[in-house]
Amino acid sequence: MKHESVETNAGLLIILTLAVISVGGLVEIVPLFYIDDTIEEVDGVRPYTPLEQRGRDIFVREGCYTCHSQMVRPFRDEMLRYGHYSLAAESMYDHPFQWGSKRTGPDLARVGGKYSNEWHVQHLIDPRSLLPESIMPGYPWLATTPLDYSDIAARMRALKRVGVPYSITEEEYESNVEKFGEQHARMFDINNAEEMLIEQAQEENFDGDSSFISEMDALVAYLQVLGTMVDFSEYDDGHFAEFR
Amino acid sequence: MSQAATTAGSVPATSVASTEQYNYAIVKRFAIAAVLWGVFGMAAGVWIASQLAFPFLNFDIAQITFGRFRPVHTTAVIFGFGGNALFATSYYVVQRTCQTRLYGDSLASFTFYGWNLALILGVITYTMGITQGREYAEFNWQIDIIILVVWVAYFWIYLQTLLRRNQPHIYVANWFFMSFILATALLHIFNNLEVPVGIFHTDSYPLFSGVQDAMRQWWYGHNAVGFFLTAAFLGMMYYFVPKQAGRPIYSYKLSIIHFWALVFLYMWVGAHHLHWTALPDWVSTLAATFSILLLLPSWGGMINGIMTLSGAWDKLRTDPIMLFLITALSFYGMSTFEGPMMSLKSVNALSHYTDWTVGHVHSGALGWVAMITFGSLYHLIPRLWGVNLYSLKLVYVHFFLATIGIVLYITAMWVAGIGQGLMLRAFDQYGNLAYTFTESVVFLHRPYVVRAIGGGFFLAGMLIMAWNIAMTVRMGIKSEAREREEARAAEARTA
Repeated sequence: MKHESVETNAGLLIILTLAVISVGGLVEIVPLFYIDDTIEEVDGVRPYTPLEQRGRDIFVREGCYTCHSQMVRPFRDEMLRYGHYSLAAESMYDHPFQWGSKRTGPDLARVGGKYSNEWHVQHLIDPRSLLPESIMPGYPWLATTPLDYSDIAARMRALKRVGVPYSITEEEYESNVEKFGEQHARMFDINNAEEMLIEQAQEENFDGDSSFISEMDALVAYLQVLGTMVDFSEYDDGHFAEFR
Repeated sequence: MSQAATTAGSVPATSVASTEQYNYAIVKRFAIAAVLWGVFGMAAGVWIASQLAFPFLNFDIAQITFGRFRPVHTTAVIFGFGGNALFATSYYVVQRTCQTRLYGDSLASFTFYGWNLALILGVITYTMGITQGREYAEFNWQIDIIILVVWVAYFWIYLQTLLRRNQPHIYVANWFFMSFILATALLHIFNNLEVPVGIFHTDSYPLFSGVQDAMRQWWYGHNAVGFFLTAAFLGMMYYFVPKQAGRPIYSYKLSIIHFWALVFLYMWVGAHHLHWTALPDWVSTLAATFSILLLLPSWGGMINGIMTLSGAWDKLRTDPIMLFLITALSFYGMSTFEGPMMSLKSVNALSHYTDWTVGHVHSGALGWVAMITFGSLYHLIPRLWGVNLYSLKLVYVHFFLATIGIVLYITAMWVAGIGQGLMLRAFDQYGNLAYTFTESVVFLHRPYVVRAIGGGFFLAGMLIMAWNIAMTVRMGIKSEAREREEARAAEARTA
């Protein structure tokens, strides 16, 4: 076929172009849904509780991903600085993924449990009061803005539709009890989403102010769970290398 | 200089008469919108660059913090400045090379209002914290739908105009524009598959999660670069470089080969943004391999553009518009060499997550995309209004401000990126980390100040361009009014 036939036929040009641009994506993306090894089998990874999920929404809203990654790479310096490298399984309930592309600040994939709640609250309100060299913006409004959780059930229903195992029926609830334990399964029940959110916020009182549930409560709840779900002491060194 | 005035800024007499034959009104609107978005988007860029150097500039005001304003900058420059410039030039080029009027006057108007409405809504909603949290695709789902409708209209207009051509051949610039329209549609649709929280709710959750979502996003993200910021601007190059040089394109065969190679290879390389992550190794190795291969068609395009000037190199001495176009191609060659190099896993281990990536993007975005756009708009706008450019001298000033700005920007980012990368992987004699993360942030301060200054230079050039264009358009409007006046007087005399 001479190239002239493409140059003189708009329909042919379009069809050929579409065919040529489709190959790369098909070869690289589609298998990720079918190759089992893509996401490792690992204990401990669970969906976010309603409060953590709202915290995650705030993380996305404030554009934290523009400066913080959530992806520890398998290098010695990153292991010493952040901890075990990230597994694909650890972000399997992350809609959207927040691996990020730039570290103007440090990686946050394993920030959970590294600092106290009080540290996070103070750091988010005024980062330079704790770290004079920090260039992070302050987020004082998080502490004073009440968390809007009126739509939490609708949010969880949408997440359920994209594959997060929150429960509506008794059957789904039982299956969650089996998979994640009763304490967590209660949190994943959409029927009680609002009560569960309030319960966790009041019990753990992340921002130290129990008079109301703030956006700070939710964001700190989310930060404190990051990277803590998998207990790596249960696995041998190099166990996860085969999935690379 | 006198020669320059006649070659660079002069206008063929036909362009005034051809306003009936061609739809120039729509090209004018998009061209002006591109300049306005350019000023706004680059100002937003200088603003967020200054925030990184001087964090007090966040002022504890939610709407203008770095995290919310960074998408404002990227959206305004990529889709506002770049997008409007692409609409303007593609609508102009398709009419000129097909020698037919643009299909559908009101549909074309709709693409103008729809596109810019989506962008304005995007900018407002980002500052309110409404975002999908996907880089370069932060528009929320309702705005995504507006964009999709506009894009389908754009495709339809382009196709119908091609079908109505009075030339047997479809000129090479149109292949690039068409591939950009098709690929952008594909990318936009798949990367924005989301489930809304509610029909009146602004938020939504993406269909995929974690590793698959990451792969989808960077397949989108890199091809936003590959098709939106490269293929389409090559379409611009293939019309305006030969036109401004007054010479045919260097090699027709080369344009065929590098077109098909470019559109095929680009779609494979997105995963090089995910080296060493939880993405399976085989994908990232494939992506790295194709990234290296991509050097060939990229340089094919660069060579084809630059060599078009062979035998007319003297124009670089007299024509500042040519300076813009050729410098753009040089930066294109440079950043398409740097890109494959950074996609090597060993280089990427150092460069990823640092400012080296930011510098690389800007050598492409400022050096290639913006420079080729400036050159094309300086060529286009006087012809649309049937006048000469207000000032060629100001084009020189713009050129040097822009070049100094880019050089400051990318060297500062090389220092920042490579420096931080080396600091973070340094160990002391006992095998402990030599630097804390905070120490690397302290190191970044000076490069960040230089980067903001570089951005300031580039913005200053953009402002001078806006002034030059405004004065040119004013002259054009005046001369059009004068012509109408004369025509009416002549009519009155004959009556």
